Amino acid sequence: MSFPWARQYDPKNPFMRWMDEKLPLPRLVYNAVGAGYPVPRNLNYFWNFGVLAGLALVIQIVTGIVLAMHYAASGDIAFNSVEHIMRDVNSGWLFRYLHANGASLFFVAIYIHMFRGLYYGSYKPPREMVWLLGLVIYLLMMATAFMGYVLPWGQMSFWGAQVITGFFSAIPLVGEEIRVWLLGGYAPDGATLNRFFSLHYLLPFVIAGVVILHIWALHIPGSGNPAGIDVKGEQDTVPFHPYYTAKDGFGVGIFLILLAIMTFFLPNYLGHADNYIPANPLSTPAHIVPEWYFWPFYAILRAFTVDLILPAKLWGVLAMFASILLLFFLPWLDRSPVRSGNYRPQFRIWFWVLVLDVLILGWMGGLPPEEPYVMISQVATIYYFAHFLIILPIVSRIERPLPLPNSITEAILRPGKGEQQAPPGMGSEHQPGDPEPRPAGQEA
Amino acid sequence: MATAEHIENPPAELGEGGVRRRDFLNIAAVSVAAVGGVATLFPLITQMSPSADVLALASIEVDLAGIEPGQAIKTTWRKQPIFVRNLTPQEIAAANATPLADLRDPQTLAERTQEGHGNWLITLAVCTHLGCVPLGAAEGENRGEFGGYFCPCHGSHYDTAGRIRKGPAPLNLEVPEYAFTSDTIVKIG
Amino acid sequence: MVRLIAFLVGIGLVGVLAFSLITGAVNFIADPPQATVEHEFHEEPRDVAFASDGPFGHFDRQQLQRGFHVYRDVCAACHSLGLVTFRDLEQIGFSEAEIDAIAAQWIREVPSVNPETGEADTRPAIAADRIPAVYANEVAARAANNNALPPDLSLITKAREGGAAYVYSLLTGYQNPPAELPAENRPGPGLYYNPYFANLNLAMTPPLTADGQVAYAAGNPPATRDQMARDVSAFLIWAAEPKLEERHALGWAVIIFLIFATALAWLAYQNIWRDRH
Repeated sequence: MSFPWARQYDPKNPFMRWMDEKLPLPRLVYNAVGAGYPVPRNLNYFWNFGVLAGLALVIQIVTGIVLAMHYAASGDIAFNSVEHIMRDVNSGWLFRYLHANGASLFFVAIYIHMFRGLYYGSYKPPREMVWLLGLVIYLLMMATAFMGYVLPWGQMSFWGAQVITGFFSAIPLVGEEIRVWLLGGYAPDGATLNRFFSLHYLLPFVIAGVVILHIWALHIPGSGNPAGIDVKGEQDTVPFHPYYTAKDGFGVGIFLILLAIMTFFLPNYLGHADNYIPANPLSTPAHIVPEWYFWPFYAILRAFTVDLILPAKLWGVLAMFASILLLFFLPWLDRSPVRSGNYRPQFRIWFWVLVLDVLILGWMGGLPPEEPYVMISQVATIYYFAHFLIILPIVSRIERPLPLPNSITEAILRPGKGEQQAPPGMGSEHQPGDPEPRPAGQEA
Repeated sequence: MATAEHIENPPAELGEGGVRRRDFLNIAAVSVAAVGGVATLFPLITQMSPSADVLALASIEVDLAGIEPGQAIKTTWRKQPIFVRNLTPQEIAAANATPLADLRDPQTLAERTQEGHGNWLITLAVCTHLGCVPLGAAEGENRGEFGGYFCPCHGSHYDTAGRIRKGPAPLNLEVPEYAFTSDTIVKIG
Repeated sequence: MVRLIAFLVGIGLVGVLAFSLITGAVNFIADPPQATVEHEFHEEPRDVAFASDGPFGHFDRQQLQRGFHVYRDVCAACHSLGLVTFRDLEQIGFSEAEIDAIAAQWIREVPSVNPETGEADTRPAIAADRIPAVYANEVAARAANNNALPPDLSLITKAREGGAAYVYSLLTGYQNPPAELPAENRPGPGLYYNPYFANLNLAMTPPLTADGQVAYAAGNPPATRDQMARDVSAFLIWAAEPKLEERHALGWAVIIFLIFATALAWLAYQNIWRDRH
């Protein structure tokens, strides 16, 4: 990577020089997230969320290791061992609530990070690999979160395991065998709990490994920016440290405040009451739903209600997986050479419809499968697939983008027409004639 | 936290004016973040200490009624084994006959028992060398050269008062805190 | 090529969904969903305030002790409280001596092993014990209760929508079924009408039947049925979340610290970016 004007690591201290010869780890850090990494100077607050997601991963790993010291993955005592953590272990309640709410905020950060990528075209060349690795992280996160939710062995845990592994039974011919193999039995039980615990502990470290690849892939072309244009010269960039470390420090503070509010004052707000009832294989709760971050996919799953060539169950499962897998093809579905949504007037309209659509899907996914909710989910699911598979390829072909600024510096100093139309928080860093660098979203 | 880094290399192009105020703010921000980080270590460390349910089991009651002179039983307290021995007059005499100068960890038998219950020797069954359980409580076990307890792991010999006499152990078998609640019931811990 | 395949897949999925949607819509118009009787007569928990509500919430220890008495004298006949130990009662203001007495005099003993014979036996509870379970297992519980299962109450205020308000509403919500209630929804033998319960008919005998059922010590409010229901609900909030006060106190300290640290981080950020117009 890197631009020719990037600062070179130059250790002054003899020990650091020695270290640099033997194991240039400080140099690696310096070039990755230090002063040696030049970053476009016009990033807005949406560019904070990669670091925040990384922080969330660290919080989950640290609190998770603590919980694993006290948790017992056995069907008979898992539920009580969680309550042992809540009641008897020193600060145990703190770690459990941090872990449970940290998972939710991890998904919040990831969804905003993905929103950023979708709006500003971060998936487009030359950053396709960054996007693909990000999707791998997202899939691993979903698997990890699901298996983690099973561990307390409450009613939602048990029935979640039952339903999610039930997806695999939709596979023709071998589906039921695969399900039994996944569970290690005919229903979720001790064997299931133990393997989920093992994988729940393993996968975060796999995620951490893919995160390193994700950052590596990012550093080859360098970070994107809200204007979506390439860096032309040194005047377009600032060193990551101290400029973006400082900005990320502020973002981290806001993130931790939110996490603290959830953990200390609304610890069970995002959970389900039924998960405080021990798992009971003989009785399903009246209304089972996954955690909120799976609701859009749950709505897609339930939108297929009629057998047509294939059974409805198989359609639902296929569509649910397809809804994520199609994101892997996004760089090749959207061929517009313009990255940023700020300069794509038609894309922008469809994009906001998509955002609304996903919010509706999420809302419907959390409600019971009754009419008219199912019909609303069906309309929303139609739009979801149509957006990515039909509308986006057509729009990217027929759209006439707005004129792009000549450089990032020009985008900051003289925002073009497109930028002024940008919604709040999406535009450039500064308004004309504004001497102070004020972050986007703060403008009057 | 990202804030922990941003003072190391203040950009060279910073002007002269206002440098002190700038540095102060940055140092303050990093210091406060560091304080937060250190405070976070506290629950991370204390969570490994014994939990409330473990601490609550800190005392047990033992019924001594069935233990004849010369016999000993093993029981557990805080998940550690405990010897409770009813000493015979000969054993008491042997313990009292030992000059304190011969002992590695000088203590009299009276100091290791309670007044009025001088025949009850209650000790942790944990060798003070490296934590094995010594032999000698059950009938027919090797009681060592001094007729008390013998630790087979590394050959420590304890006498009839549970005092270290020979071998690598540094201290006498530990006497836990206990109290007689009646003539035959003792509460340990 | 990718876009062609995507287009075909997209058309296919949209087609299947459109077919599902039309089928659903036809059914919806032809046979609109009926509101169920449960839906019509079920009531949301009543509003009731507890000292532990909100970010400044704390426990009213006098109330928790009264609630404990209600639990012991009324609920404990059928409902276990298996996650709470006697020593925990120290947190609601009982002294060690009181706890030892409460444990020793508890209406049930703790299962143990006879040290002589090795057979199953019982012994009096001590402070370190959990409150002994009412029934040996679920079968025994159902057999004793006309096939209904009295749930363990340790987590009840977290395990039900509505929490303590639900418990309070249920305890005070027994009433005669309304005249318009269809015959098939009327309580059968051994069931009692209660609109706060999901299917309206509850197997639990009305537990708080008379004012003064539980003797409150002097200096406490009169033991009306409403007061007893409030007190036992408050006690169960504590049983489900004994660390609530600790959580609130630490929460304020952490958040005030974080606001201060974040303000400083903001200033440092502005400071560093000042030279970048």
